[in-house]
Order: sequence, then C-alpha cells, then structure tokens
Amino acid sequence: MKDLAREEQWSAWMRAAIGGDTHAYHRFLSSVAPHLRTMARRRCAQFGAPASEAEDIVQEVLLSIHLKRGTWDSSRPIAPWISTIIRNKLIDSLRRRGRHIDVPLDDVIAVLQVDEQAQAQERLDVDRILKTLKEPQRTIVQAISVEGSSVRETAGRVNMTEGAVRVALHRALKALLLTYREPMT
Amino acid sequence: MKTDELINLLSQDSAVRFRFGQALAVALLAGVLLAGLFFFAAMGFRPDIYAALESLRFIFKLVVTLALFLAASNLMVQIGRPGARLQWPAVTLVLVPLLLVGAVVAELAAVPSARWGAQMIGRNAHECLSLIPLLSIGPLSAFILALRQGAPQHPGRAGAVAGLAAGGLAAAFYASNCTDDSPLFVALWYTLAIGIVTGAGYLAGKRWLTW
Repeated sequence: MKDLAREEQWSAWMRAAIGGDTHAYHRFLSSVAPHLRTMARRRCAQFGAPASEAEDIVQEVLLSIHLKRGTWDSSRPIAPWISTIIRNKLIDSLRRRGRHIDVPLDDVIAVLQVDEQAQAQERLDVDRILKTLKEPQRTIVQAISVEGSSVRETAGRVNMTEGAVRVALHRALKALLLTYREPMT
Repeated sequence: MKTDELINLLSQDSAVRFRFGQALAVALLAGVLLAGLFFFAAMGFRPDIYAALESLRFIFKLVVTLALFLAASNLMVQIGRPGARLQWPAVTLVLVPLLLVGAVVAELAAVPSARWGAQMIGRNAHECLSLIPLLSIGPLSAFILALRQGAPQHPGRAGAVAGLAAGGLAAAFYASNCTDDSPLFVALWYTLAIGIVTGAGYLAGKRWLTW
C-alpha cells in the first residue's frame, strides 16, 4: 500500500520541518503540490474554468497549509489533518471564485493516495505579488522565491539578522495569502 | 509566481515558533488568572463562604460551572485542529445541561411549589447578569486570540465554544460570591448570563476566526 508509506513520509518530513528543517519541508510541499493540482484541476474542469485558475488554488491551499501547520498534533496521523485543510480551503477558494460546491472528504483522501504528476503552470505574475509588498519584504521574497536563496544568504544581502529576515518572511507570507484572496483582475 | 517558487519561499519559513497547543495552554492559564484577578480585586468570596461550603446547593453551583468550564475547554482545544475528532468532547459538553436539569428536578421535589418563584428570581439577578459577562471578557479575549492560531471549520461555532468556556470559568468565580444557591436561580440567570457570553463568542468567532 503506497499511501501508508506516503503518510509516514509526510509525517516525518513535517515533524522535521516544524523543527526548522527547510529541506524536509521543501520535499513535503513538493510532494503535496501535485495532488493539490490534480484536485484543483478536476474541480475547475467541472466548471469549465481554465487550468490556470487551478494553479492559483494550489498556491492558496499551500499557503493555508503553511500558515496553519502549527495545528497539526505531531503524535496524530497527518492524513486526516491535511485532507481536512485541503477540503475546506478548496471549497473556500472555489466559492470566492463564484463556484459553489461541496467537496467530499473521501474524494480528497482518494486523490492524496494516487500518484499523478500534473505539470505546474505559472500563475499570478511575480511583479503583481511583489508590488503588494514593502521593502525589505520585497527583496527578501524575490531573493528566496525566484533566486532560491536561503535565509542566511538573504540576510547577508539585505544586511539584516537571520531572525529579522525570518520575521519579515513570515509577515510577507501572511500578506501574500490576502493577495490570493483579492478578486482577480 | 511559479508554484515551485512559492514552495521555495514557504520552506524557508519552515520552523514553527509557537504551536497551537502551546497557545491554547497559555490562553487557558491567562484566562484563569485574568478572571481571578478581576474577581478578587472587585468582588471576593461571599462573607459566609465556610458555612456555604457545607451546603449541597452551593457546592452544586461550583460543580456545574466548573464542569462547563472543563467540558467546553476540552472541546475548545480540539475544535481548531483540522481533522480532530470532536464527538466525545461534544458529548461531554452536552452532559453539563443534563446535570443542571437533574438538580432542578431535585430542587422542585425538595422545595414547596409556593417558593419556586422566589427561589428562581432570587436577589442577585442583576449582579449575575452583569458580573458573569464582565468576568469573562478577559478569558474570552485570551481564548479567541489563541484560537486565531487554529483552523476551525466553523469559526462561529468555535467562538461560541470559547464563549462557553469563558462563561463557565467566570460563572465558577461568580458562584463563590453570589448568595443565591438554588438550582432554579442557576438554571435561569446563570444560563442567561453564560448565553450572553456564548453569543459574544459566536460573533467574535465569525469576525476573527475565519482563516
């Protein structure tokens, strides 16, 4: 059974991530994203919405998982936790786009268990997102997201402590979630 | 932004500084302290507290309000966790009103019907209705603040549960000041006062607990 192994793997990565292991967290998010993409595309196709909209939803759900990761009780299985977040945010995100729908939790769990690799598409152009941020958040976000710098490297570049960069990054991520929730122009 | 770029961004923010469970534990402690400080500064125990401790009715007031506080807190610490099982905590919470109904029935059997009205109206209805909500402002604020770290499926309901917990805590303190001990008084006025706090919690939840 693949999914049990996957769940163990996700739990292990998430536990390490909460302790500050950025590599484990990167693997975790990269592993979750394709499943989100499959779910979001399926729902968008149902409404005749473009697949590009699905990628917005993927990113919004990833941000929500990120900002609420402190609610996972690491002594509990990760699957019920993540499935519930995904389901709730999928519904919210679709609703905000004017598509009222119920997503059964079982559907979410089923897709989490399937291996599917949909290719990502670029969404929400970087400029628009960066414009909503103030300095030094903008430089920090650009360096880490586009250029793939670490917090330490970025701290050196913007002449801030690592702690200050972490705080700025965390605030930027909260602001980012609001950007996703603005009506699309 | 590409999703891969977003993932780069998120993974650099991996560490969790303040976990949800810790936030709730701090909020519960802060709630008890805030309500306690306000209580001892503004009210304090009733003068005949030691005599009252020998009265079954007085003890029952403390038991039922503390039971509400504990049962609602137990539900509150789960309600912000996606995928958590809420059935048992919810069942425990429903047992509290049953406890009160039982006491009311016992009181109706023990007291002649001519005195039911007087027992129910009591002498401290105004204090009860104003002091319980006042005492719960501190705890309710602390609980809502902590629940903001959570991810409740129904924000209004989560806020209402925080209101029940805060109301139960406030009522437990107030009960040790109030001299109306009849379960009939408790069933009417305490329920109304805690209902006010629960309603406030519901509205606060709608307003501040969406995520």
